[in-house]
Amino acid sequence: MSIKELLLRGNEGGLDTSSLTPIQKITLRTVIVGLLFYGLAALEGMIMRAHEVKPLPMIDESHFFAIMTVHPIVGIFGSTYLIVFGAFTFLVPYLMKKPLFSVKLANWTWITIATGTILAWLAGFIYHYAPLYTIYWPLPVDFSQFKIAGGFMFVLGVALIMIGTLMFIFNIYATVFYTPKGQKKQPLKPLLMSAFGIDGFLNLVNKIRGKEPYAKEPPLSLPIVAIFRGTVDTFLDALVILGAGLLILFYILGEAFGWSLDMHSVDSLLYKNVFWWGLDLIADGLVLIYVAGTWYLLAMIITGRNLFMQNIARAALLLELVVSWAVWSHHLLSDQPQPEIMKLASGEMITAFELITQGLALFITLVTLWRARPLKMTNELKFLLGGLLGFGLAVPAGIIQADMGINRLLHNTQWIAGPHFHVAILVGLTMTLYSAIYVLLPILTNKGVKLYSQKLANLHFWLHLIGGIGMGAFMGMAGIDGMLRRHLYLNGEFGGYMFLAAICGLMLLAAWVIFMFNLIATVGVKGLLGIFKKSNLDPEIVVPAEPAPAAVKAGAEATPPTAPAKKKEDIDA
Amino acid sequence: MQEITTTHEVLGTLKLVYTIYALAIISLIGWFAYRVTKEPNSTKTFITPKVFYSYLALLVMVGVGIHILTYNKIPWVAWELKKHMIKPDRKVEIVVKDHKFHLPEIKPIVLQCGEIVEFNVKSEDLTYGFGLFRKDNSMVFQMQVIPKYDNKLLWIFDKSGKYDILSTEYSGPKGAFMKIKDAIRVDCHKKVALKESR
Repeated sequence: MSIKELLLRGNEGGLDTSSLTPIQKITLRTVIVGLLFYGLAALEGMIMRAHEVKPLPMIDESHFFAIMTVHPIVGIFGSTYLIVFGAFTFLVPYLMKKPLFSVKLANWTWITIATGTILAWLAGFIYHYAPLYTIYWPLPVDFSQFKIAGGFMFVLGVALIMIGTLMFIFNIYATVFYTPKGQKKQPLKPLLMSAFGIDGFLNLVNKIRGKEPYAKEPPLSLPIVAIFRGTVDTFLDALVILGAGLLILFYILGEAFGWSLDMHSVDSLLYKNVFWWGLDLIADGLVLIYVAGTWYLLAMIITGRNLFMQNIARAALLLELVVSWAVWSHHLLSDQPQPEIMKLASGEMITAFELITQGLALFITLVTLWRARPLKMTNELKFLLGGLLGFGLAVPAGIIQADMGINRLLHNTQWIAGPHFHVAILVGLTMTLYSAIYVLLPILTNKGVKLYSQKLANLHFWLHLIGGIGMGAFMGMAGIDGMLRRHLYLNGEFGGYMFLAAICGLMLLAAWVIFMFNLIATVGVKGLLGIFKKSNLDPEIVVPAEPAPAAVKAGAEATPPTAPAKKKEDIDA
Repeated sequence: MQEITTTHEVLGTLKLVYTIYALAIISLIGWFAYRVTKEPNSTKTFITPKVFYSYLALLVMVGVGIHILTYNKIPWVAWELKKHMIKPDRKVEIVVKDHKFHLPEIKPIVLQCGEIVEFNVKSEDLTYGFGLFRKDNSMVFQMQVIPKYDNKLLWIFDKSGKYDILSTEYSGPKGAFMKIKDAIRVDCHKKVALKESR
C-alpha cells in the first residue's frame, strides 16, 4: 500500500465511524483539534527559538512578542484545555455509568474554545496585539503601542475560550449530580462530600480514632473526585480572566468613544494579585490536580487494581483545595510593594505544600504500578512514566524559584520558562495526555483500529522525552547565566544555549509530526473526517459495545452505559 | 569586613544541586521502568506505612527547609524582610517613563563596596522591571517596578565593576530595548565596613 493510500484509508481499513456514538465522536473531535493546536504552538515556539539563535529578517520585535503572546494561548487553551476537556467529557459519564448531561453542549464547547483560540491568534497575527498572557496592568490598554481592534479581537477570543470553559464545567457538574430517567436519585450530601475528598479525610480520621470508616465505598471514584476538584479551580480561573477581559473591554470602549479614562485609576498591584490568584489556578486546577486524577486513573487501568492509599489521595485533593487558593503570591516575590507577610506565608510556605501534594500523587501512582509487577511496557505505561518524570523535575524547580532569595536572581529568566513550566507542560502534562490518548483510543474507536507502527510510537516517545527535558535544561542554564525570558537578544548573547535548545525543540516538533503521521495512518483521513460527521446513534449511549477489558479490570465504578448500536435520526452531534 | 554570599555562589550551588537531583530522578524513573516489567523476586514489599510517612516527612522537610536554609545563607533575604529597619548609606532614585530609565545623575552612578544602597525605582506609566547586569550578561539582581508605587530594594555590592541596567519585565515591544550600558560603577577601593548587626 502506498503512503498516500495508507493515509487516506488508514491501517487495515482505518476507523469505521458509523459505529461511534455522539459522545465518542465529540471526544475524538475535541482531542484532534487540540492536537492540531499543539502543532501550531510547537511551530510558534520554534520560530521564537530560531529568532533567539539568529534574528530572522521577517520578524521584528512587535511580531516576536505577538507570537510570544499567542503561544501560551494556543498551547494551553487551544491544545491542553481541549485535550483534557475532551477526555473528561467522555470519562465522567463513562466511569459514572450515566449519559453525559448534554451532548449538544459538549459539541459547542470545543467549537467555542477553538473559535476563541483562533480569534486570539488572529489578534496577534494581524494586529500584533502583544500584552503577553500575563496582561499586567495597564499594558493591555496602552493604545500608544497597540491598536484597539487588536485588543478587541484578543479580548473576544479569550472571552470565548472562557465561555467554552464554563460550558464544559457546567456539563461536568451537571453530569455528576443529575439523575438520569429511570435511575434512583442519589442524595446530594454524600456526592458533595466525596467530590471534595472530605469522605477520604474523614476515613483517615476515623482510622486514627479506631472507628469504622466514614464511607466504605465512596460514591465517586478517585479520578472523578480529581476531575471535580480541578474543575473548581478552572471555574474560578475562568471568572477572574473574564473579569480582566471585561475591564480591558471597558477601556477599549473608552478609547474608541473618547471617554478619557485614566488607566491608573486601576491599582496595578491589586490587579496583579487578583489576576495571579486566578491565573495560578490554571497551574493547580489544570496542571496539578487534573494530572493527579489522570495518573490515578491510568495507574488503575494499567494495573487493573485499586489505587494504593486511596484515602490519603482523596485527603490530598482536599488539602490541595486550600493550598491552591493561597499560593498566588509566589508570582509576586519580586514585587517590592507586596507585603512581606504575603511573600512569606503565601509565596513561600503555602507554596511549599505543592511539593507535598504533587509528591504524594507521584508516590501513590508509582507504588500502585510497582505492586502490580510485572507490567508490560505498553505505550500508555511508558508515556505515563514520562509524565511522572516531567513533574518530578518541574515541581521542585518551581519550589526552588518560589523562594525570596533565589527569586531575586531567577524571576523572569529562562529558568522559569524552561525547567519549570515547559518541562511541567511538555514533559509532565503532555506525556500524561499521550498516555491517556493511548488508553482511550481503543475505547473511543470500539477497538476498531490497529496502531500503524509501534516503531514510530517508540520514536515519538524518545524524541518527545529527550527533546522536552533537553530544551528545559538548556533554557535553565541560560536562565542561571542571566538570560531573561521576555526579552530580545539580537547580538547572539546566549546563542549557544539557544542553539542547543533549538535542536531539542526540533526534536519535539519532529515527535509531534511522527505522532500525527502514525495517528492518521492508523485511522485514515476518511476516518478522521468521519468523526466530524453526525452520529446516528442515541446520544444517551456512551459506548455502543462492551467496555474495554482494561476499564473493567480497573474497577470502574460500574459498567458504563452501553447498548447495541441503536439508530436514531436527527441527532445533533 | 563580613563575608557575604555572592549571587554567583548561590547560582553555582543551585546549578550543581539541581543537576544532581535531575540526574537522580531520571535514574530512579529509568530504574523503575526497567524493574516494573520484571517478575518480583519475593512477595515481600518494602513499601510499608513507615516508608510512606518517612517520605511524607522528607517532602515537608525539603519544602520548608529550603526557605530556612536560604534565609540563613542568602543575605538579601534578610535585607528584604528587615528593610523597614535598615538605614541605607546611599539612596538612588530612578524614574521610568515612556520606556526610558531616567537616572538621578549623569552615568555612571558611582557606588562603594560594602555600603547599603537603596534603589527606589518609580514608574509613571507601565509595569517595568529593574535589573542590574554584569558585562557577561549575568544578573546581579532584579525587581518588578509597579507603576505609582515606590519600588525599593536594598543591596550591598562586594565587587568592583561596571553594571548595565535592563528592564526585566515586558512592557510592550519597545521594552526590549530598555537598556543603559555602564549605568552603575562600583568602586571597591574604599570599602565601607559592614556592621555585624546587618
